[in-house]
Amino acid sequence: MTEHTILRVVAKLTIPFILLFALYVQFHGEYGPGGGFQAGVIFAAGIILYTLIFGLDEARRVIPPWAVRALISGGVLIYAGTGVACMLLGGDFLDYNVLAHKPAHGQHLGIILVELGVGVTVTGGMIGIFFVFAGRGRRREGTVE
Amino acid sequence: MSTFLGLYNYWIVVLLMMIGFYIVIGHDNLMKKLIGLNLFQTSVFIMYISAGAIDGATAPILGNVDAPYAHPLPHVLILTAIVVGVATTALGVALVVRIHEAYDSLDESEIIAACDTGDEPAGEHRDNA
Amino acid sequence: MDDLMIEALTLVLLTLLAVTGLAIARLRNLFAAAMLTGLFSLLSASVFMALDAVDVAFTEASVGAGITTVLMLGALALTRGREKTVTKMRTAQALLVTGVTGAALVYATLDMPHFGQPDTPVHTHPVRAHYLEASEKEIHIPNAVTSVLASYRGYDTLGEVTVIFTAGIGVFVLLGTARRRRR
Repeated sequence: MTEHTILRVVAKLTIPFILLFALYVQFHGEYGPGGGFQAGVIFAAGIILYTLIFGLDEARRVIPPWAVRALISGGVLIYAGTGVACMLLGGDFLDYNVLAHKPAHGQHLGIILVELGVGVTVTGGMIGIFFVFAGRGRRREGTVE
Repeated sequence: MSTFLGLYNYWIVVLLMMIGFYIVIGHDNLMKKLIGLNLFQTSVFIMYISAGAIDGATAPILGNVDAPYAHPLPHVLILTAIVVGVATTALGVALVVRIHEAYDSLDESEIIAACDTGDEPAGEHRDNA
Repeated sequence: MDDLMIEALTLVLLTLLAVTGLAIARLRNLFAAAMLTGLFSLLSASVFMALDAVDVAFTEASVGAGITTVLMLGALALTRGREKTVTKMRTAQALLVTGVTGAALVYATLDMPHFGQPDTPVHTHPVRAHYLEASEKEIHIPNAVTSVLASYRGYDTLGEVTVIFTAGIGVFVLLGTARRRRR
């Protein structure tokens, strides 16, 4: 689709804002609607738009397959790691009160970390699944681009 | 009349649930069955959120408002359920694609017939890269 | 007046949802059915907004109308796009089962408390007041849904993240490896 000038220019204008909005939703999930899931999906939607306009190879250069796998596993690791850190600091699994000197601050920190883990995994999962589907069609046609 | 207004949400939920159920059991096409499953799931979400809503309430984001807040717990449960639903759909769709590649058909009766006659599916070798 | 408008809007949206569901059941062109599923998700996101579930509406709109539609269209591009008809016998059987189940469910809903009343067992249970208060006092964040999701029910959310992880790995295993046609 790269020869379509309007699509290319509009995509280049809107994709940065989509990604920025995803970050906004991620970090303002405590003050308004939002959180990790929505942010991950919006970020993945921005990358999917990029893939549709500029092709799978370009998108694979932006986010290589090893990065997608790292994102998917890294998010779960961050989440479970927060729980284990709470245990190491003396509380129960996922008991955020022990993470900081005051329980309220500990809860806040725990929620931020946990939502980050969720957002990272959802981003990686959605991007990875889309890349797999897009890559499958190409291989079947046998064309190498 | 007040019964109608009070229960309309739930009747529509039952209708959507039954449409989804009918699509799953009454159609042979695997993709159509997945779509029906999605319909069924969404109707269950609407039922939960309807149970947690109050007339004249506001969203459960605390601030200085006079109105009561909607119940936050169904929202949490349905958030989880939506994301689990998309994960299930993604896996289901991947399975459908593989089945199509093996049997060259998306029709359940054709696939079962091919299995019964012992037709070997169009085989591919895997190179485990 | 405001309440009346919201109730009317909810009724209209729910009726549109039912019409869309019937259309999806009748269509044999799968591309059209996938697009209507996206429309269905968007309409249900609007219903959630009318019922004051803002987080849920956000998630349903992005996930249902975005990701699910893309996945289904991607799969339809890899397979075929039309559905074959089923026998009349099969349709009649399915309609019978569905009709009986639907009638039983509607009969069950006649006992349910009316939608929107603040004195139903769902709302009088102490957990609602506890979560709304504690989100202010113990955690100090305004969004009660996030505080319940990430802190009070954090273990469930860990399971959910693991489900996404598993789905990603599952799709990789199913479709991610290269294939060579056997000659």
